[in-house]
Amino acid sequence: MAEETIIKNSGVKLAAKDYATDQDVRWCPGCGDYSILKQVQSVFAELQLDRDETVFISGIGCSSRFPYYMNTYGMHSIHGRAPAFASGLRSINPDLNVWVITGDGDSLSIGGNHFIHMLRRNFNLNVLLFNNQIYGLTKGQYSPTSEKGKITKSTPIGSLDHPFNPLALSLGADATFIARSMDRDPKHMRAILLRAEQHKGTSLVEIYQNCNIFNDGAFFTFTEKETKGDTVLFVEQGKPLIFGANSDKGIKLDGFKPVIVDLKDTSANDLWIHDENDRVKASILTRFFDDPSKDGALPRPFGIFYVEKRDNYEDALIAQLNKSIEVKGTGDLDALLRGSNTWEIK
Amino acid sequence: MTAVKEIKDVVTILFAGDSGDGIQLTGGQFTDTAALLGNDISTFPNFPAEIRAPIGTVAGVSGFQLNFGSIEIFTPGDQCDVLVVMNAAALKVNLKNLKKGGVIIANSTGFDKRNLRLAKMDEEYTLQNDTRLEGYKVHEVDVTKLTRETLENSGLGTKAVDRSKNMFVLGFLYWMYDRPLDITIKFIEGKFKGKQDLIDTNIMVLKAGFHYGETCEAFPTQIVVKAADIEKGVYRNVIGNEAAALALISAARKANLQLFYGTYPITPASDILHTLSRHKNYGVKTYQAEDEIAAICSAMGASYGGALGVTASSGPGIALKGEAIGLAVSLELPLVIVNVQRGGPSTGLPTKTEQSDLLQAMYGRNGEAPVPIIAAQSPTDCFDAAYEACRIAVEHVTPVFFLSDGYIANGSEPWKVLKGEDLPKITAKFAAPRKEEDEAFMPFSRDEKLSRPWAIPGTKGLAHRIGGIEKENLTGNISYDPDNHELMTKLRQAKVDKIADYIPEQKLDNGKEGDKVLVLSWGSTYGVVKTAVKELREEGQSIAHAHVRYMNPLPKNLGALLSKFDKVLMPEMNNGQFVRIIRDKFLIPAIPYNKVQGLPFFTQELKEKMTEVLNAK
Ligand SMILES: Cc1ncc(C[n+]2csc(CCOP(=O)(O)OP(=O)(O)O)c2C)c(N)n1
Ligand code: SF4
Ligand SMILES: [Mg+2]
Repeated sequence: MAEETIIKNSGVKLAAKDYATDQDVRWCPGCGDYSILKQVQSVFAELQLDRDETVFISGIGCSSRFPYYMNTYGMHSIHGRAPAFASGLRSINPDLNVWVITGDGDSLSIGGNHFIHMLRRNFNLNVLLFNNQIYGLTKGQYSPTSEKGKITKSTPIGSLDHPFNPLALSLGADATFIARSMDRDPKHMRAILLRAEQHKGTSLVEIYQNCNIFNDGAFFTFTEKETKGDTVLFVEQGKPLIFGANSDKGIKLDGFKPVIVDLKDTSANDLWIHDENDRVKASILTRFFDDPSKDGALPRPFGIFYVEKRDNYEDALIAQLNKSIEVKGTGDLDALLRGSNTWEIK
Repeated sequence: MTAVKEIKDVVTILFAGDSGDGIQLTGGQFTDTAALLGNDISTFPNFPAEIRAPIGTVAGVSGFQLNFGSIEIFTPGDQCDVLVVMNAAALKVNLKNLKKGGVIIANSTGFDKRNLRLAKMDEEYTLQNDTRLEGYKVHEVDVTKLTRETLENSGLGTKAVDRSKNMFVLGFLYWMYDRPLDITIKFIEGKFKGKQDLIDTNIMVLKAGFHYGETCEAFPTQIVVKAADIEKGVYRNVIGNEAAALALISAARKANLQLFYGTYPITPASDILHTLSRHKNYGVKTYQAEDEIAAICSAMGASYGGALGVTASSGPGIALKGEAIGLAVSLELPLVIVNVQRGGPSTGLPTKTEQSDLLQAMYGRNGEAPVPIIAAQSPTDCFDAAYEACRIAVEHVTPVFFLSDGYIANGSEPWKVLKGEDLPKITAKFAAPRKEEDEAFMPFSRDEKLSRPWAIPGTKGLAHRIGGIEKENLTGNISYDPDNHELMTKLRQAKVDKIADYIPEQKLDNGKEGDKVLVLSWGSTYGVVKTAVKELREEGQSIAHAHVRYMNPLPKNLGALLSKFDKVLMPEMNNGQFVRIIRDKFLIPAIPYNKVQGLPFFTQELKEKMTEVLNAK
């Protein structure tokens, strides 16, 4: 595989930096977006992905500046609509490797409609949802993922809306690949991105991303050493659901109800074993969405929640086209213009 | 009994009844037969907004007007000579559309108590006692009863029997206008293929209608409309939306591009989607998106990838596409935006026609965002105009508006069959791959047309980024530089203006420079304005006509041409839109004449206005 891709890239082996452009990166110093950019470039280098065969399409937001920093084809489109551009592009050229970059506002507020339709159609895309639970670019209003009661510039005495749970929403829209990662765990993110790239279908990766200017520390309970042990659950295919600073806790299913158990009392064999092809379990897992500060809160899962094999829209589109050519023959322009009902004036 | 035959040059028939009465089909069949007999024709279907409006009510009346003749025809006619009404509501709505002294053919059952009640008319009403009908020739035919009698022994249920009553009417009219039945018989055989009982019964009823005309004493004369003097050749019939769809397929073929059509259903544009989706074997990719925004963005994604991206809608949907059209202007990608206009604002009059989205096309975006605009003038011209829109989009690498409207989109005309080789060529030029050692790629450099390279993903060595933020000239990198923004704004405008070098000059359709009045029209008013001017000139008036197809940029000689006339009269089916552009561009006191009723102009009202302007000092 490596051999072949090196030839694709004119025989030169590309390093991560070869996937960077000459443009200055303009995110705020310390922004979580840097880490995501770095991991994407490193995954590209690892897979030796062809720059000329790749397209990054984004909406609007801090996160959506991403394409300017990738030395591939790229389109910084309009707010919320990146999935629609990507759909058209994939429909007419299924050989391209298309990535969609979006923020929590971009994908779940203004672009909510396109987001769910992209998922159900299952275009072969990699979608990176940078979730910072805030509108970064417009300087700090609450977003559809902000927790209820959020104090921001637009909600000085607290937001009123119940937040979206992006992965539950995605599963509800029949996504075929859903995963969660975080900016502060580059190794984990890398592993997830590699899997996302391999999945044929819409791979949705939600990435918890720190906006250190307008929502600093939103995810610190999940990302920082002091707390993450007890709040984070890394799920891995075929492995029992174990977490805790000392890996001393597990999750067991009591019917459909997940319960936290102490591994002192329960054997690992009785725990929930992660199966990324199990839709019911995945839907329960997406609902692990408790406020981590509450007593007895379920830990927040990271990893690949669900994977399913399903036809891609673009493949079906092309198959249907080929089928009608097979049945009716390649359309003849003269016959088209003539139609089926003519008369002659002599 | 052999009837006396009377010869006429031109006849207008209006079929009216419930949507469920098969009015459109009846009209369509009469049209096909007239076309095959060599008449010139023009049709105008008029639908209710509701698909199945309550039976028998005024809201449910559907109409189909057909104008056919042995002379050249450019409009479906003003008022009709013959009004066929299937029920009381149809008469109530359409009596005003019948010429004084015209013929009414009324289905008696449609005037029973129930139908009168549904039409909110006096239950004691009878056609005989209606004083308003004095001077008209009223023929009551009990179509329902006669149809039932014809099919007495057919074994069909009453519902199925009643459904074929439109065939009786059609047969009867075929007798009245001395037309053969074979074209419709062939149609029936095709439509009900495999259902022999329906084929037999429909043909029986059609013939019964014809024989009724022959034997019924009430109609002593048959009317003969001879073939028109039409250019020799093979013809077909086409409605505007179908012609537009064929143009898109043809243009993509000629340009050697994939056609991608991203859209969201809306009246009256949906028939383009329906037509295209039947032609997948032409490599057509249709995409019914989740909304109009996704529709245009998907089409732009396709264009970006090297296809001919097309999106279509009507006013409300075009409004939703506005932001994306701005991006298309900024990205400078080929894109065709079809607007089949209807009455507005908001939902407005979905099934009625209007020309009120011209300023939306011209100015309906944020920022300085010029878009070329081409407007079709007739059902068949939807082909030429849409084809031309594709040519400009591809060759000038720009979004282009194609404007049609409900009137020509649903109206039909005979169309001389074209061959693929007759169509103008369209050259799509993609940026060539680049080697590492070659000069840096400049995505916003420009050629002699001022268009930028169409550099599609997958091309070696051309990886680059584009977006809606202002771009630095040449490199396309993000730039907030004030002078650069002004330069780019001017360049985008100059590029659109430059198209004027690649389109034909404005010609007069009729009359000559120096005539007293020039009538300047655009879009679907062509036929009726042409007819009015022609008639006035035949009466000796000093009046000329020019019809504009290139709305933006305007033909280079238009200003000079306008200056050759004392007065410029501009009829439009809106509240005065093109007239504002003309006044603004050429500082002339062009006179607006507007109709905003969801209906096309009548020849007569235009002639009256033209005469008034001719006579004014
Ligand atoms: C049509 C439109 N409406 C509003 C905006 C303003 N706007 C730009 S980005 C943004 C929100 C971005 O939030 P998010 O998607 O979470 O991205 P982030 O900046 O947090 O990465 C808004 C409201 C816009 N650009 N376009
Ligand atoms: S505002 Fe927040 S999200 Fe945007 S670049 Fe700065 S830190 Fe990052
Ligand atoms: Mg955000």
